[in-house]
Amino acid sequence: MSGAVFVTVFTPLAGALLLVWIRNRNRAGWLNVMVSASTFAAALALALEVARREVVAGGGFRVDAFNVYLLVLTAFVGMTTSIFSRPYMQYVCATGKTSARGMRLYHVMFQLFIFTMLLALATDNLGILWVAVEGATLTTVLLVSLYRTPEAIEAAWKYFILCGVGIALALFGTVVLYFAAQHVIDEPAAGLSWSTLHAVAPQLEPSIMSLAFVFLLVGYGTKVGLVPLHQWLPDAHSEGPTPMSAVLSGLLLNVALYAIVRLKMLVDGALAATDTPYLAGQLLMGFGLASFLVAGLFLHRQRDIKRMFSYSSIEHMGLMTFAFGMGGPLATFAALLHMLVHSLTKSAIFVTVGHAAHIAGTQSIEHIRGLIRTQPIVGWGLLIGVAAIAGFPPFGIFTSEFLLLSATMQSQPWFTVALLVGLAVAFAGLFRHLHPMVYGVVPAGQQPVPANMIPVMVHLGLVLWLGVSIPVFLAHWLDRATGLISGGHLL
Amino acid sequence: MTLAAWGLALLQALLYVALAPLLAGWIRKVKARLQNRRGAALWQPYRDMRKLFGKEARMAHTASLLFRAAPYIVFAATWLAAAAVPLVATGLPTAAIADVIVIAGLLGLARFFLALAGMDVGTPFGGMGASREMLVSALAEPAMLMAVFTLAMTAHSTNLVSVVDYQLNSTGMLRPSYLFALSGLVLVAIAETGRIPVDNPATHLELTMIHEAMILEYSGRHLALMEWAAQLKLLLYGALLANVFFPWGIAQGAGMGELGLGLVVVMAKLALLGAALAVSETVLAKMRVFRVPAFLNLALLLALLGLLSHVILEVGA
Amino acid sequence: MSLEHLTLLQQLMVVLAAVVLFTSFVLLEQARLVAAIHAFAWQGVLVALVTVIVAASGRHTHLFFSAALTLGLKALLIPWMLHRLVRRLELDRHSEPLRRPALVIMAALALVIFSYWLVLPIVQQELIFTRNIVAVSLAVVLIGLLMMVIRTQAVAQVLGFMSMENGLFLAAVSATGGMPLMVELGVAFDVLVAAVLFGVFFFQIRASIDSLDVDRMNRLTERVDEQ
Repeated sequence: MSGAVFVTVFTPLAGALLLVWIRNRNRAGWLNVMVSASTFAAALALALEVARREVVAGGGFRVDAFNVYLLVLTAFVGMTTSIFSRPYMQYVCATGKTSARGMRLYHVMFQLFIFTMLLALATDNLGILWVAVEGATLTTVLLVSLYRTPEAIEAAWKYFILCGVGIALALFGTVVLYFAAQHVIDEPAAGLSWSTLHAVAPQLEPSIMSLAFVFLLVGYGTKVGLVPLHQWLPDAHSEGPTPMSAVLSGLLLNVALYAIVRLKMLVDGALAATDTPYLAGQLLMGFGLASFLVAGLFLHRQRDIKRMFSYSSIEHMGLMTFAFGMGGPLATFAALLHMLVHSLTKSAIFVTVGHAAHIAGTQSIEHIRGLIRTQPIVGWGLLIGVAAIAGFPPFGIFTSEFLLLSATMQSQPWFTVALLVGLAVAFAGLFRHLHPMVYGVVPAGQQPVPANMIPVMVHLGLVLWLGVSIPVFLAHWLDRATGLISGGHLL
Repeated sequence: MTLAAWGLALLQALLYVALAPLLAGWIRKVKARLQNRRGAALWQPYRDMRKLFGKEARMAHTASLLFRAAPYIVFAATWLAAAAVPLVATGLPTAAIADVIVIAGLLGLARFFLALAGMDVGTPFGGMGASREMLVSALAEPAMLMAVFTLAMTAHSTNLVSVVDYQLNSTGMLRPSYLFALSGLVLVAIAETGRIPVDNPATHLELTMIHEAMILEYSGRHLALMEWAAQLKLLLYGALLANVFFPWGIAQGAGMGELGLGLVVVMAKLALLGAALAVSETVLAKMRVFRVPAFLNLALLLALLGLLSHVILEVGA
Repeated sequence: MSLEHLTLLQQLMVVLAAVVLFTSFVLLEQARLVAAIHAFAWQGVLVALVTVIVAASGRHTHLFFSAALTLGLKALLIPWMLHRLVRRLELDRHSEPLRRPALVIMAALALVIFSYWLVLPIVQQELIFTRNIVAVSLAVVLIGLLMMVIRTQAVAQVLGFMSMENGLFLAAVSATGGMPLMVELGVAFDVLVAAVLFGVFFFQIRASIDSLDVDRMNRLTERVDEQ
């Protein structure tokens, strides 16, 4: 069994156990940063190993080109968020929004959350994947309600119930999948192993696999935030502390989408010989397009800044789901690139939004004004971040959306119109709200705040770099993942 | 069929009429014992009946011909229905009319005339009793029919005798549908025969009467016939539950030994059922009338679940 | 497989599965909270019994351990925790009758029929005798979902959620002879943590809105008359 996998996945767990005992807030914050940094280092080592050996498997884990870059991304964003959260949570505790116990809970749950996400990404066993995704929900539930306001508790309860129900349906889908597997695979323990299932996919009974996929899509789709199962997302992402919003939007949605794509690979193999071979893809396209369009429209109605950006997350996840559903090398490459740049941009935006809310003293869009005059770095950060997420060139999101549009024009030309309309609507919504926030009249008494904008600058810089020129090794990495998922290569 | 078979069928019908008051007496005795009393003798219902037959039947001057005829019609319909239910032996000529729908129809006929008789004289008690009885029966009938259809689906016939024979031939089968149908039918039986917790057979309080309200105006031989019909209905349901769900011991031929065994076994089963009824009547309290629909909805639910479990769980794909 | 071809033990399993379905109906309709908790506990006992019978019928001996786990967790520990919470929250005598019981029961019956139709492709693969129980377990899951939708009391919603988990476990046991032990331990652990978190939540909710009627938590909307 590879040591790198083990270290990468279990370092956060060890960190969480350590953080249970540390009472000093300052030291807890620094320990959090150090644990996240070591996780990132281990993830990089793992990436190098995968680059050498193609697949690292063993001990129930399986790391191939698809999930290794997600592992690195998760560890990276976890690290930058922990760097941001160290001073930010000190300020939160100082203003009395949460207690010392709340801080300890925050640090422990943060590391546990990273652990569950890494476990979900690295495991080969579909049952453990389910357990880890449910675990990720459970670790963040208490954090969403950390501030104990009525809105926060309501958001956390909705999150808990809706995601819990969704995940339960995903478990039923897993059971049905296991049932299909048992006819083909003799050894009971191997029946849930993704690699074994992928190898025997054509032998799995198609009708049972379709039934399983529907349940799994509804289940994991709830966690991705696909319309109409998205009701928990705007609440949960806007009511929790800012670092939570950053990692929830940036990372957890990716993990859920990863689960769906892995399962889609199995179902495609099973349905390939029937008369509805693209069923999984069509379902994904339908849900993705609906999420994309509906979220773009809802963006306009928002009055809370974090809710607005949560709807933007739903919109982008819908776009990615649509791309994965369409299949084919170009769309898949675009979706993988989009996963990467969206995570970086969205987490940067949420960090900036946290600072903006701090400056204005509220999260309401109407009352945030003139950021660029009060604290230029925050104003510019928000402006550039929103430009990036809306798909302005030369940022990375423009590149991935352009690739996606090309792929749509090639295979489903009529959907291009819908995509363009949706992109325009979302663009309009974002900028309509952004303009007065950044450029409006400064309200009396607004002061700059100590803001740690370095993580934001790093993220946005990376996104810019990826938009202008994707480094060769990353392009090859994504290409290998594309080959795994869609069967064809782009480069 | 042979004369002996017809004779046997007639004998079974007479046995119903003869045993009905005994069952009522047994239940009262057990209840008395549970309440720490000695209670009346087992034959008290017979003595009551003889007394009533000897008395003059007085009627209100507003009573019509229907009022006079109703006791006879009710008794005859109930007796005919009871005669069809296998008590001691199956395979008798009356098996031809032992269709459950026929039995339900005959009981419905009896109930119809009972209600009409209650309303006939024009007293408020009678009208109130009639309307309550109709409420109970409107909800109990679907439940009963549903439960019986569940049995019929398994035995592929609505004829009670076929169901009994089917059950006799398939020994040692645990069926969820039968379990649910039994529970549903028990609840329906309690409602239809007017026992606690639906109706109190010994009360004459306005708030709590259903059956008693309808026969309040009767006296003498008319009252005797009405009470006998009610006891017959109780015996009918008891025999239904005992012989359809637990038919072992019933005589399938016409030999004296078999018939004797059948008689002994059915009396033992009925004694057990009667004791169980007495215990439940002592333990439970009578429900308020507006809660009776909920009780019967439970019976309907059980019957529906029986049907669903038959389709889902018992029939192979 | 038709009922005639099953052994007595297997028939018992079918009967127990049917009674599990009945308990989920009871749970759905039960107005009194404490009685609902007891109904849930009985459901756990029945599911554990079904697991024991499947384990005894031969191939999957690790199911004995799963059965013990289910019994301990679903029939004893979680009802005990909920009982204690109900007493601390002073909800002992709380009773919430359904507003339209007939409609709810009809909806639940429709769900039973729907789940039977949905799992027909599985049922047609007659390999183990337990296939038909998958329809019943999916029905239990969906009725738990219905319960969560209809009930507005937080504890009742949690009971619906736990009853969904019961149905899922029954599905796993009956369709596949139980999942690998590692996965089952993980699932049980998740359920336990979820139960603990729910307990924490009840107190937070009550401190915030002074009642456990979750319909009253409705500040987060997009209606224009907000703020």
